[in-house]
Amino acid sequence: MIRIGLDVGSTTLKCVVLNEADEVIFKKYERHFSQISEKSAEMLSEIRDNFPNEQIVGLCVSGSAGMGFAEQAGIPFVQEVYATRVSVKRLLPETDVVIELGGEDAKILFISGMMEVRMNGTCAGGTGAFIDQMSTLLGITPAEMNELASRHSKIYSVASRCGVFAKSDIQPLLNQGAQKSDISASIFAAVVNQTIAGLAQGREISGNIVYLGGPLTFLSELRTLFDKALGRNGLCPENSLYYVALGAALMNGGSCVDLHETVERIRSFSSSEGFRSCHPLFTSEEEYAAFRKRHKSGEAIEYHPLLEGNRAYIGIDAGSTTVKGVVLNENGELVFSKYLQNSGNPVPIVQGFLKEVYSKFPDINIVSSASTGYGEEIIKNAFHIDMGVVETIAHFSAAREFDPDVDFIIDIGGQDIKCFKIQNGAIDNIFLNEACSSGCGSFLQTFAGALGFSISEFAAKGILAERPVDLGSRCTVFMNSSVKQAQKDGASIENISAGLSLSVVKNALYKVIRVANSDSLGKHIVVQGGTFLNDAVLRAFEQETGKNVTRPPIAGLMGAYGAALYAKQNPPEKSGIISPERLDSFTHSVQAITCNGCQNNCRLTVNTFDDGGKFIGGNRCEKPLALKNTNKKYNLYDYKKELLASYASFKGERETIGIPMGLNMFELLPFWHTFFKSLGFGVTVSPETTRKLYLKGQHTIPSDTVCYPAKVLHGHIEALLESGVDAIFYPCMSYNLDEGLGDNHFNCPVVAYYPEVIGANVTALSGTKYIYDYLGIHRRRDFPKKIHRILEREFGKIPLSDVKAAAEKAYEEYNGYMARIRKRGKEYLSLAHENGLPVIVLCGRPYHLDSEINHGIDKLICDCGAVLITEDSISDAVCEFPTTVLNQWTYHSRLYAAAKYIADSGNLDINLVQLVSFGCGVDAITTDEVRKILEKSNRIYTQIKIDEITNLGAVKIRLRSLFAAAEQQKRYRN
Amino acid sequence: MIDNKDRIEFTREMKSNYKILFPNMADIHFRILQKVFLNYGYDIELLTTADSGIIEEGLKYVHNDTCYPALLTIGQLLTALKSGKYDVNRTAVMMSQTGGGCRASNYIHLLRKALKNSGMGQVPVISVNVAGLEKNSGFKINLPVIRRAIAALAYGDLLMLLNNQTKPYEVRKGESFANTLKWVDFISDRFANGRAFSQRELKGYFSRIVKSYADIEVNVTPKVKVGIVGEIYVKYSALANNGLEDFLASEGCEVMVPGLLGFAFYCLMNNIEDINLYGGSPAKKAALEALLKYLTKFETCLIDAVRAEPRFTAPASAAELRELADPVIGRGCKMGEGWLLTAEIMELISHGYENVICAQPFGCLPNHIVGKGMIRKIRSLHPEANIVPIDYDPGATRVNQENRIKLMLAVARENLKSGEDGIKIAVFSPDYDKKAVKNS
Repeated sequence: MIRIGLDVGSTTLKCVVLNEADEVIFKKYERHFSQISEKSAEMLSEIRDNFPNEQIVGLCVSGSAGMGFAEQAGIPFVQEVYATRVSVKRLLPETDVVIELGGEDAKILFISGMMEVRMNGTCAGGTGAFIDQMSTLLGITPAEMNELASRHSKIYSVASRCGVFAKSDIQPLLNQGAQKSDISASIFAAVVNQTIAGLAQGREISGNIVYLGGPLTFLSELRTLFDKALGRNGLCPENSLYYVALGAALMNGGSCVDLHETVERIRSFSSSEGFRSCHPLFTSEEEYAAFRKRHKSGEAIEYHPLLEGNRAYIGIDAGSTTVKGVVLNENGELVFSKYLQNSGNPVPIVQGFLKEVYSKFPDINIVSSASTGYGEEIIKNAFHIDMGVVETIAHFSAAREFDPDVDFIIDIGGQDIKCFKIQNGAIDNIFLNEACSSGCGSFLQTFAGALGFSISEFAAKGILAERPVDLGSRCTVFMNSSVKQAQKDGASIENISAGLSLSVVKNALYKVIRVANSDSLGKHIVVQGGTFLNDAVLRAFEQETGKNVTRPPIAGLMGAYGAALYAKQNPPEKSGIISPERLDSFTHSVQAITCNGCQNNCRLTVNTFDDGGKFIGGNRCEKPLALKNTNKKYNLYDYKKELLASYASFKGERETIGIPMGLNMFELLPFWHTFFKSLGFGVTVSPETTRKLYLKGQHTIPSDTVCYPAKVLHGHIEALLESGVDAIFYPCMSYNLDEGLGDNHFNCPVVAYYPEVIGANVTALSGTKYIYDYLGIHRRRDFPKKIHRILEREFGKIPLSDVKAAAEKAYEEYNGYMARIRKRGKEYLSLAHENGLPVIVLCGRPYHLDSEINHGIDKLICDCGAVLITEDSISDAVCEFPTTVLNQWTYHSRLYAAAKYIADSGNLDINLVQLVSFGCGVDAITTDEVRKILEKSNRIYTQIKIDEITNLGAVKIRLRSLFAAAEQQKRYRN
Repeated sequence: MIDNKDRIEFTREMKSNYKILFPNMADIHFRILQKVFLNYGYDIELLTTADSGIIEEGLKYVHNDTCYPALLTIGQLLTALKSGKYDVNRTAVMMSQTGGGCRASNYIHLLRKALKNSGMGQVPVISVNVAGLEKNSGFKINLPVIRRAIAALAYGDLLMLLNNQTKPYEVRKGESFANTLKWVDFISDRFANGRAFSQRELKGYFSRIVKSYADIEVNVTPKVKVGIVGEIYVKYSALANNGLEDFLASEGCEVMVPGLLGFAFYCLMNNIEDINLYGGSPAKKAALEALLKYLTKFETCLIDAVRAEPRFTAPASAAELRELADPVIGRGCKMGEGWLLTAEIMELISHGYENVICAQPFGCLPNHIVGKGMIRKIRSLHPEANIVPIDYDPGATRVNQENRIKLMLAVARENLKSGEDGIKIAVFSPDYDKKAVKNS
């Protein structure tokens, strides 16, 4: 009897047939394009035709997408990792570790030693789908990526958690002209990183390693990078695609089926329409026709001629996935426009656009020009565009032309969602999608591409769908599996398409803007961005908000149009834009270097243009640009760091205590440093966080969704162990000091108990004393007695009186440290006031001081010419006041206090920026409250989410928008 | 300090003419608990709705990064209030508030915000807490209430435990659950009349309950035994964990879900431990210890009753639980489920439930520590432990969750089989530091 193993993966179908001797006598691999039952029946009937004498066969299904299908067709099912284990144990018994990447799954199977399996959780990219998504972004196939990657010269750091993050790292690299070969390799490296960090968690990958699954089979460079990261030569065996199917075939014990009958059953098997659905977008053709009429769908853009003197204004929007260019005449009417796909580097595309403009309008007299979007800087430099304008301002300028009373603009572009409220003629509130929720245009595009359609074809399919799938609002990675589930439940492509359009809108409304009711959006809504050109998305938006909105006919060009209008309003004396002659000979080359200006070691891309002009991208500060910025920087982050640096490592007459510089130690270092010093101990402070340090401890992180500041602690512990300390001191602290600002003075659970996680997961600690007792410095009188017991337990006799005296000194030192920060903060405030400088209160946690965690955002703020102070430098100037949430964490109370300080100051020059670490559950509460406190006084709230992300493009836009909005607000008030 | 000026207090007058809604969590327990409040004259209704609109409603009115239990409970309350079934001007809602360092203490404020934003700001929100966080003149939690609530939890724990241990093996399908329902009705009836709270009555009913389950005819075949621990709401609520217990039953497992009494004791013990660790009033400590001692009697009753029948596995006492956790995690770890979660995993393993599902909301802060963070250490002490953490959130699909659970079950079945054959899978633990310094 032959035995068939069928592996129904998220994107592909794999099948093997074994004979009695367990030999593979047939195998097949193909994409199923979600037509699971049809393709399965096809594959099985092919087997039937190949083996006409075999009627009764063994059959077993495996694979994530096969579960429901097998259940309903009554075929035995085996979990896919388990199937892998079975086949590996049989075929490659020497294996220690299996790394298997699939369409949407990533798995590590530890076979030898303590058997263990790790699969990617609900939030993880690093899979085949992620590589596909990235290859779409680069406009090449994964195979081409592999080919390019083999020639890479350097690797950029790309956030490895999920596709969305990686994308926001890669896009700016592309826009800055980084080489595709380097980017391809960087993407593979991110996958490697993700697999090792996210899955291996506490366990080291060693011994004989086997690579399985599509990506690792087809992409040799990915294997090479895995080998390199693991320091091993892994094996990619024959049939590496088929191990799950093999396991399923091998698992099959006695149960057998009639193949012919099974094929027929599967063929006729119509999956129940068991998915959840929403209202259809349109219930009839007539309804759709009326809608088209109202929005002038499908009508061509109207162009006007150039007017007297051929005076013209050019606006260019170099967006994440597209480049848009427009030419306006003296009346501000559209003369020419172009909407172009950006397949990585906007420079040649803009070059083409300008060439076309010059050839179409040989007599054109360009009076002024402006660029905007992600590629604003490089385009400005390359073609001597007269000015750059922040995206948000460009869009506002454009929207106002279509609805002068516009009070809400939403722009859904390729990679980002931008929304802003307009109040009193100024941008009042900006929402940009944070790293995690960008379910935007490119997301639709990736899905369309996966199913073999263009985005507009795909979106159009959903227009008359009867039962759009209810996919809710959620992040891309989740959406993939929701779609998978819907497909499993038999949803048609039409219904999935409509569902995705709805979810794009829901993401924008409920995740980015977080509207509670649609009235809060405003009365005059202008929607724009290429995504809204799809009627399905537009309809979904109107349906979800219950409002009719304005979609300008040039919805996809609004950024460029706004930039041109801006250029027209602010003309230079003479436009310096590149001449037609120069444009013909224009060339540009890219080179990647590492900046050694500071310990950030930014990876820079140097773009050299043929006229000798240079543009440097990837920098976190202005240093490599060698700009003579003579203004002194007032940066309280720098001051705090300087203060902390004074508590340096030293040798004492007693044992040396290691202190990891992470989480609450960023504030308590002065306390513990002084405490141990007075008792005669030496202290070793762990070094400054770097990416390298983080990677050193990465393998012991047990939860990959914990915040980055907690993750880096593992590296600090490793560093301390290497430096050979006698003990590591990192106490658990449920309570923080009570500053009298809230109802309680807790630490957040992660800060409070991370020492437990370190103790339970960092195996290397076994040779060193690790002191992680629960301590309460909030009880000053009890504290000395409590710590005295611990010290005697660890180090023998120490007089209690000494401990008491040391504790007194520690409290004094801590208070002195905080007082110095507060004093300096106030000095900066009055200094800013005297000199008319804008002030940013950068609100976060003490550990956001770490430049590996804040990615140099503080410097960026100061480079914008602002004075930077911190929340803890002004929180003492506020008395406890009522909040609408339970105010029970010390650090977070300071945020509310700082917000209150700004709200009450009435000083429009002071604005707040809140740094939020990704995965911080507590900030889900604080951000809303801080916003509320500010908005009560009509102040702007700005939030910046940070993670491992290293590129600051989006942050820059936010900050510039904030400054522009603040400027506008000020102008309006005066 | 909380901005209380907009807070709608639940007044004494409201007690007589308002309906109170509260979201379900542990089904058996909450049904009985409901009667405690009915007996005190509250017109209380337990919400057992489970329609898909609940999540959407929650997502609409609660910050999407807030944990799943908040989305669900608030979504459930809002959906009910909007259903037209209740007079929103004569309805209050109730929610528990622990007051710990976890963000869950803020659910109540998120609920108020959500009510306000959906135009139902007039609905009073009652905080059920023992920390004195918010007070309502019409709703008081005093010692008699606490005592009765503890009794209700004890009944709930006992019924849940016995039902779980009998159902998978019953000869006549449905008999165990019918017995459970019968007892829920019976106890509820007594409770509504102010009976069955006293320790004497408790003792009598407990043995009768145990006896009634022991009388059910069973056919004991080896089954995969799975324990469920996790964030308290996700652990118990079928709405949150996608019917986890039913799924496991359909896979042929015996399920053990540690009871709610443990959580109540855990909260109380933490107050005492705070004084031990950081100092505090000895008088307060003595009072708390006296209360603990008093309440422990309920627990002892339960354990003794179960032990009387050797067929059943009795739960560990809270004191034993804490000792079980000592080698793994400190007693001061008290946010969210804290050391209790780790303790429950240890207890399950020691009782032969070595397959454990740790269910938590996606991004749950305490679970980074006490759940996922401790698995490695637990496995180094118990290499046979087969633990899988499962995240729940509006975006997580059942397919993914069940797939992961199925993997755990495949390993469990293999272990079960080799156990029968007398062969243990060759597993060994990495050399692990056991001398790490702890409070002791």
